[in-house]
Amino acid sequence: MSEDAVDADAVRHVGDLARVALEESEVELFEAQFADILGYFDSLDEVPEVEAESDLVNVMRPDERRPSLDQDEALDNAGETEDGYFKGPRVS
Amino acid sequence: MSADHNAFITETSIDPTSDGPLSSATVAVKDNISTAGVRTTCGSAMLEEYVPPYDATVVKRLKAAGATIVGKANMDEFGMGGTTETSAFGPTENPRARDRVAGGSSGGSAAAVAAGKADLALGTDTGGSIRNPAAFCGVVGLKPTYGLVSRYGLIAYANSLEQIGPIAPSVEETAALLDVIAGPDDHDATTHQAGANAAYAAAADGAVDGMTVGVLRSLREGADQRIVDVFEESVAELEAQGATVVEIELDSIEHALAAYYVIAMSEASSNLARFDGVRYGVSGDYEGDWNESFARAREAFGEEVKRRVLLGTYALSAGYHDKYYKKAQDARAWVKRDFDDAFAQADVLASPTMPVLPPEIGDSLGDPLELYRIDANTVPVNLANLPAISVPAGRAEGLPVGLQLVGPAFGEHRIIRAASALD
Repeated sequence: MSEDAVDADAVRHVGDLARVALEESEVELFEAQFADILGYFDSLDEVPEVEAESDLVNVMRPDERRPSLDQDEALDNAGETEDGYFKGPRVS
Repeated sequence: MSADHNAFITETSIDPTSDGPLSSATVAVKDNISTAGVRTTCGSAMLEEYVPPYDATVVKRLKAAGATIVGKANMDEFGMGGTTETSAFGPTENPRARDRVAGGSSGGSAAAVAAGKADLALGTDTGGSIRNPAAFCGVVGLKPTYGLVSRYGLIAYANSLEQIGPIAPSVEETAALLDVIAGPDDHDATTHQAGANAAYAAAADGAVDGMTVGVLRSLREGADQRIVDVFEESVAELEAQGATVVEIELDSIEHALAAYYVIAMSEASSNLARFDGVRYGVSGDYEGDWNESFARAREAFGEEVKRRVLLGTYALSAGYHDKYYKKAQDARAWVKRDFDDAFAQADVLASPTMPVLPPEIGDSLGDPLELYRIDANTVPVNLANLPAISVPAGRAEGLPVGLQLVGPAFGEHRIIRAASALD
């Protein structure tokens, strides 16, 4: 069991942060499962600090205009569009 | 379960664009790989009607090599699962084990090959999703080194872990398909020069004589005894053909599974934020403000996807980032270093691919943590960015058993060579 075991309010809070609407039944289910899963993740406390050697390099290219999807193709999967734009819900 | 095993979400026929090494070959493509004009669902209700406007690089390469794409293969929703039971389109049945799962998340790809519905298949492997269904269905599957195959057009789940790779009836055919898809791509900055003209199929020559095979002790000991027995017979077979067998212990490996899930869930929580119901996917209707609409659209995700997005959000949230995500990155670096050391002692590393036999359909979904544990032998390879292949080792209780061989980064030739000795 995690020392910071999540309760139902914590599940709802994370649901809000992640923008996922949850049914009450899902909150109950996740509350129990998260305790198990996070308890298992607590085993990472035993892992020492390890210096990671990155073998990554930056990949650059000239910032030049290139062909892309046309407007119709880009809008094709959208539920709602207006005058060639995506239409979204109001922001506040 | 229908006679077709529910291997495909969408049956189709996409013609080749030219002749090539795969002329006359039929290929199943996992349904998280974009096909222009043919819907690509990721096994999710969210994308039930999504039709990509462009081809993934691997799809372009298949078509140019002469292949005909016959279907978009069933999968766990967004690749999140090991049994193809989290698919919104129903589970895939194992063609070689009636009423049992085909494995996952690329279950449809492996089942299509095992049932002869396609000659070859593409899957994707984030924590074992090619090797697991290959083992359960008794076919060959290869997870390439990170960066060997372009991910352009792959709908992302956990970018730092996942690779597209081949599934086929034999090691040689698997390697031949890898020859077609491997190599650098301007559209994916993580791709590597290795893989251009690499001639993988020619490495399937069975020449294991003189090779050192390191058995990963803790991964063998964690497996079902019936699987260990089959595994040991295959290792003895490699020894009989001239390989030297040594035992290897990796100290970090007991932390690999937890580290994998923290990283995969964290990346998933970020990647799946794009599904807002505005540009594609199920709309949350436009009552209320953006946040409310967004949260409603995402009710279309299945339970396992919600679980991972929430846990990933939690692991990255203020106060928990250092405890979970940062520690998982330390574990990842440790696993990588342990593998580097192991390759000073052995040419390839071996373990059972899966610690369990294929479960019956419907038996696995009740306890998510138990389901995560069946990935114990496959996830270390993804953390270390390494290549690995699963090859059929035999049967236990009449069910297919797979043997996993792991190689050093860009050491695909080596694992193909060793695996072909068991073909």
